[in-house]
Amino acid sequence: MAIVGPNGAGKSTLIKAVLGLVDSAAGQVLVHGRPYEEQRREVAYVPQRETVDWDFPTSVLDVVMMGRYGDLGWFRRPGAREKHLAMEALAKVEMEALADRQISQLSGGQQQRVFLARALVQDARVYLMDEPFQGVDATTERAIVQVLQELRATGNTVVAVHHALQTVPEYFDEVMILNVRHIAFGPVDEVFTDENLRTAYGGRVSFLRSVSEPSTGTGAGE
Amino acid sequence: MGLLHDLLFDYTLRTVALGSATLGAVSGTLGVFAVLRREALLGDAISHAALPGIVLAFMFTGSKSSLVLVGGAFVAGWIGMALMRTVTRNTRIPPDAALGIVLSVFFGFGLMLLTFVQRRPDAAQAGLETFLFGQAATLVQGDVLVIGVLGFASLATMSILWKEFKVLSFDTDFGASVGIPMRRVELILTTVLVLAIVTGLQTVGVVLMAAMVVAPAAAARQWTDRLGSMVWLAALFGGLAGVTGAVLSSTTTGLPTGPTIVLSASVIVGVSLAFAPRRGLVWERIRARHRRSAIRRDTVLADLYALYCQHDDIDRGHPLPVIEAMSEAKEGAFNTLLALESDGLARLLPDGVWALTPDGRVSAEQRLAGYQPGNTP
Repeated sequence: MAIVGPNGAGKSTLIKAVLGLVDSAAGQVLVHGRPYEEQRREVAYVPQRETVDWDFPTSVLDVVMMGRYGDLGWFRRPGAREKHLAMEALAKVEMEALADRQISQLSGGQQQRVFLARALVQDARVYLMDEPFQGVDATTERAIVQVLQELRATGNTVVAVHHALQTVPEYFDEVMILNVRHIAFGPVDEVFTDENLRTAYGGRVSFLRSVSEPSTGTGAGE
Repeated sequence: MGLLHDLLFDYTLRTVALGSATLGAVSGTLGVFAVLRREALLGDAISHAALPGIVLAFMFTGSKSSLVLVGGAFVAGWIGMALMRTVTRNTRIPPDAALGIVLSVFFGFGLMLLTFVQRRPDAAQAGLETFLFGQAATLVQGDVLVIGVLGFASLATMSILWKEFKVLSFDTDFGASVGIPMRRVELILTTVLVLAIVTGLQTVGVVLMAAMVVAPAAAARQWTDRLGSMVWLAALFGGLAGVTGAVLSSTTTGLPTGPTIVLSASVIVGVSLAFAPRRGLVWERIRARHRRSAIRRDTVLADLYALYCQHDDIDRGHPLPVIEAMSEAKEGAFNTLLALESDGLARLLPDGVWALTPDGRVSAEQRLAGYQPGNTP
């Protein structure tokens, strides 16, 4: 499922509120029908990669192993089992060769894949991703899409903040359109309409979309 | 040998060295997390905020035992730290401003109390002012014991909560999302940081203690890309600065300890900034120079090859001005030719003109084979 909307619409804030990182004004968060606090293990988070200092003195493998910290609990250090799981996750994003790299030597796309691997290693069922495709190269985009499709095929839920409107129909089944308030939510072919997008983005969006996607972009909602 | 003998057998010097080394190592270690979290100046605010605690502890108990004074310092430093966090979290005042406010208010209050206490007629207060700039010579075995026990407690906490501290420093939001109570971890980390800082105040002084938090960590970062080794190095650097400074100041009359320790730490930072492999400025320069001369070599080789192609005669030489005119780096052309000559790729013919050697031709052809106009070779 994609969350789309203009800058400042509150997409990241929505994800952070789900995770309890910002206080929500009202409402409760249910994951598979139960409160988030009880279901924390079921939810993995992929933050925007600009939120951390990539000059931090640590290796790729170490960062991925952080995904196991929650299951380890207090005091216990990651061991051979965690390392094995981390390497598996790195293999899924085609990064196992770089496991011992210092993280400042990674490209933007590689950083994003490390974050994705860190979420995969949590073995969750719901994945919340904040702009996973932001500023990544074509190789990384393909690798990420492949991982997302695998996750979907094995019955997991992926919720991603997404910016490139033209790839929404290709990558996602459902979409939420957001601009401060919730505008539309549902299957992509039902709610991803020019009308809804215009409500969210203002007038120019139909132009944007019809240029990049002339066949399905226009008239889908009429 | 005299100094080494004194270090081992002279009671005062041994005490001073041991105490300073321990506090340097402890504050250096915990400073790693402060530096990595971009909160290096937190240490400055905490140490300044501790001053009123020291004076108040003395005023209420009349005692100058280090446990009492360190206790007062801890309470005041901790309150200052908590106040900063509260202000930052609940108001629109940014962290650096909150830090500035707490630092100056607490320190001002502390100075006021200190002046007030010093006006009292009895002599009991004498020596409190050493907390401003530190005086290692006043350390006695009891103080060293306090430093050692508190330092050990701080370091033990760090090693038990290693992975929690690590994820807190790297990605707090992610840590919270996997269910680690990050606020509590942060509180514990800053509490042990306060502990490490207040144990150093008697030796280094409130004014300069921040340097002992920041300098060893900053120096250590230059030498390693691993958190674990960074912590060990920071401990080593902190300890080294502590011993050097304390020994220098107690063997020289009138030399205050705090500034001497801080200067020793600065020397370590300076050396690390300049000479650390990969991150050091000197190596950076050398690498840049290598890159430049490699590029110049390739272009001059290519120029010679272009001249050879025009005349199709490997034994025909070309005068230096021609090569200089073709080359992008005019002044460097001659030195580059000399370098090519010593590698056997170019040769100087008897009448002072330059030509490729057969090897040079092969090398140039190999290099140019991978070259497409518009791509860099």
